[in-house]
Amino acid sequence: MKLLGDLDWSAIPLDQPIPMAASGVVALGILAVLGWIVASGRLPYLWREWITSVDHKRIGVMYCLLALVMLLRGFSDAIMMRSQQALAFHSMGYLPPEHYNQIFSAHGTIMIFFVAMPFLIGLMNFVLPLQLGVRDVAFPTLNSVGFWLTATGALLVNISLVIGEFARTGWLPYPPLSELQYSPGVGVDYYLWSLQISGVGTLLTGINFVTTILKLRAPGMGYLRMPMFCWTSLASSLLIVAAFPILTATLAMLILDRYLGFHFFTNEAGGNMMMFVNLIWAWGHPEVYILILPAFGIFSEVVSTFSGKPLFGYRSMVMATMAICLLSFMVWLHHFFTMGAGADVNAFFGIMSTIIAVPTGVKVFNWLFTIYGGRVRFTSPMLWAIGFMITFVIGGMTGVLLAIPPADFVLHNSLFLVAHFHNVIIGGVLFGAFAGYAYWFPKAFGFKLHEGLGQAAFWCWFVGFYLAFMPLYVLGLMGMTRRLQHYDVPQWRPWTWVAMAGACVILVGIVCQIAQLWVSIRRRESLRDVTGDPWDGRSLEWSTASPPPAFNFAVLPDVHGEDAYWNMKQRALKEAAAEPAYAAIEVPRNTPTGFVCAFFATVMGFALIWHIWWLAIAGILGAWATFVVFAWRDRTESEIPAEAVARIDRANRAARLSATVGGAS
Amino acid sequence: MASGVRRRRVKTGGLIRHLGRWLALSAAAATLCGCYPAVLDPQGPVGAGEKLILLDSLAIMLAIVVPTILATLLFAWWFRASNTKARYLPDWAFSGRIELVVWSIPMLVIMFLGGLAWIASHDLDPAQPVAGQGKPLEVQVVSLDWKWLFIYPDQGIASVNELVAPVGAPIHLSLTSSSVMNAFFVPQLGSMIYTMNGMVTQLYLRADRPGAYYGLSSQYSGDGFAEMHFETKAVTPAAFAAWAQGARASGPALDAATYATLSRPGTSAPVTYRAVDPTLFQDIVSRKQAPGPGPANAPHINPAAPKAAS
Repeated sequence: MKLLGDLDWSAIPLDQPIPMAASGVVALGILAVLGWIVASGRLPYLWREWITSVDHKRIGVMYCLLALVMLLRGFSDAIMMRSQQALAFHSMGYLPPEHYNQIFSAHGTIMIFFVAMPFLIGLMNFVLPLQLGVRDVAFPTLNSVGFWLTATGALLVNISLVIGEFARTGWLPYPPLSELQYSPGVGVDYYLWSLQISGVGTLLTGINFVTTILKLRAPGMGYLRMPMFCWTSLASSLLIVAAFPILTATLAMLILDRYLGFHFFTNEAGGNMMMFVNLIWAWGHPEVYILILPAFGIFSEVVSTFSGKPLFGYRSMVMATMAICLLSFMVWLHHFFTMGAGADVNAFFGIMSTIIAVPTGVKVFNWLFTIYGGRVRFTSPMLWAIGFMITFVIGGMTGVLLAIPPADFVLHNSLFLVAHFHNVIIGGVLFGAFAGYAYWFPKAFGFKLHEGLGQAAFWCWFVGFYLAFMPLYVLGLMGMTRRLQHYDVPQWRPWTWVAMAGACVILVGIVCQIAQLWVSIRRRESLRDVTGDPWDGRSLEWSTASPPPAFNFAVLPDVHGEDAYWNMKQRALKEAAAEPAYAAIEVPRNTPTGFVCAFFATVMGFALIWHIWWLAIAGILGAWATFVVFAWRDRTESEIPAEAVARIDRANRAARLSATVGGAS
Repeated sequence: MASGVRRRRVKTGGLIRHLGRWLALSAAAATLCGCYPAVLDPQGPVGAGEKLILLDSLAIMLAIVVPTILATLLFAWWFRASNTKARYLPDWAFSGRIELVVWSIPMLVIMFLGGLAWIASHDLDPAQPVAGQGKPLEVQVVSLDWKWLFIYPDQGIASVNELVAPVGAPIHLSLTSSSVMNAFFVPQLGSMIYTMNGMVTQLYLRADRPGAYYGLSSQYSGDGFAEMHFETKAVTPAAFAAWAQGARASGPALDAATYATLSRPGTSAPVTYRAVDPTLFQDIVSRKQAPGPGPANAPHINPAAPKAAS
């Protein structure tokens, strides 16, 4: 037996300059950041306050940070793909197939699992307990474990850049291409284990959120008084709980095929690849609603706040959200109409898919009527929201078009499809995440983001998106299929150049966002918001300080209707002058369980990928031991004394009161 | 209200038809070279039917989408905070009538589109026979790593990366894969369909005008995927007979051994075979003929890179 399994020096692609240079830059970046942290003596602070934190706000921020970092990685892949296609007319371009194929597989995997998911889960983590008026999520330690397992998945994907390779199968590894016979390398194994490990994290998070929303709410916060973001988060979390086990089971079957010679999806011995395709989309279609529903919630909050009005048709919106939640499980077959299932099956799933457009359309109209009669302030979150409403209806329309089987027969797998799902994922999910980022940033850090750069970033993304993806619609109608490493149809070429230009405009947008973060931190004193309510908000998160204290609310709020904080403000803040009776608050103790557990999960994943069995066993035992140690803990909570609570809350009240009086005079 | 909606739809429908014609015209103008695989420039009844469905559905939806986009821009602009003329309704959050309308408009449209989807799915099902002159040309299609094999059982010949068929006659394709999934797609003729090992899918097509139409695999299948395109030549029946005759007179024969070589990973220029083992297609489907072997065993990184012996 070899000590290192299949791992040897040939795993490191020393002969390939692009991955080596890329990973060199990444490694240097990581080393520089780590060096700076250690040299400036911030490591103990980082360990104490962030890495071992079980505070939902800290974990939320770390999720968003992970998403932003991975967005850079995923976007570099995107730029490489666009430039390859712009160059590879009658030539091989600069990326050989075995490299190009890894890039589009990694791009999809990273953007969905390690950008969109963590970004939205991060925002949910940060906002949900604050909006519900509670002190934390239901299972704080589980929350930390979920985050660190997601980070493990992201880490494994990035390790594949240096050691071995990533999958060359597309972001969903359809067998038999992903079986051992046709993908003998470790790429698919990297894919499988990073998703299995981060998938467990996502499932834990889903369970945590469902429990939090169902069982922990401020007094008086009935279901139909919850802000819309809580409703969409509930729907999204329910979908996670229902759908992610399907993903785990499907990938587990592929793992059994690849590791133990099973035949679930192989060509031989009764395997059936279409079973994989059915199962993966039984997860995959709910997944797109897991992503878009929280974004819908963010837009509902943003549109209502910046129009200065309650959300129009709140109950209708709740109904639409839950309808989407249910329907999303009945449409998976539209991802493979071209399988030849027969007219009845195709027509049924086509019609089911178009039906989802009804509740979605209702949502768009209700946002429209929320704006109607409002006083719209065009801050950057609102710009993202309006940009979304315009872009998303186009994406929705092309989606319904693709749901009509005969239209799909000529557009399936084409760049039209690629344009469609980027239209809804960028125009919907990502714009939503950016709107939420700009909207809740002052709540998380106590100062606003630089508005000018934020608006510049929006316009670059907005224009860049249209430049980059409208040509792909055209290319799809011109018969260009996706994932082509090179091509020889001259008519396609000009459009790939336009798309490339669009990607460059988006790049400028990303540079604006990085600059925005930098400038905002540098000028945080002038951007400071002391009131805790910089946007004249309507829900409870704006009723506490920015950043909120560890316990969120000194006294749990008492909710009397929809738009809880707006009502409080309407009843005048004179009530606020009367100081409540403060009591000591118990908060969960920080624990390194999540981090240690994820460390062992990383070891286990890496060992399994490279068939280093002893190390894999060590990893599993380590992760298990971590949980045992955690289960044996004596103290789960620490107490913040009443005086400390009073001190923190008095400061907040004073600032808020003086700001309100100042604003009124 | 309902009549107002209907009137608007009819009006926009005219505009859209105009737009559709313009789109089709510009597509046709761009396709003078003939080898250009535009979906909007169909050369057979299947593609034409699909284009019609595509444009119809698009028109129906644009009738809602365009007003919605305009309303978004208009509302946002008119109700800007600085506009003192706009009426501020700080508590207006419900209207039963508006709710009724916003639920019914999408519902009516979707009912209409759903009906269209149901009928069109049946009319244009890939396995639905297509009428045409003469009896259907039978073609057995096998996707290989990374080329297309076309077997003409009635003519007893085969070709690689070149599909030849008589103009006007229905083409009946039975499709399978020797290894991984692919999808057979000739954009100007219509309907793509998956090819899967151990399974046979059915597709009927017809080319109405002579020409060479670009065909490709539209399901990613590995490193040689970009090379998996082929030419579909629609020729006169006489020219087809002559081509088949010529193919029978030259080239190698396709038996089990030749097929095994062909199924190894690699790309290929167009080739014809003078004779074909008549049970070959069945043997591939039933796996009597072993599936394509896939890449040679197990380099971690680059199949082209030499690997140190371990």
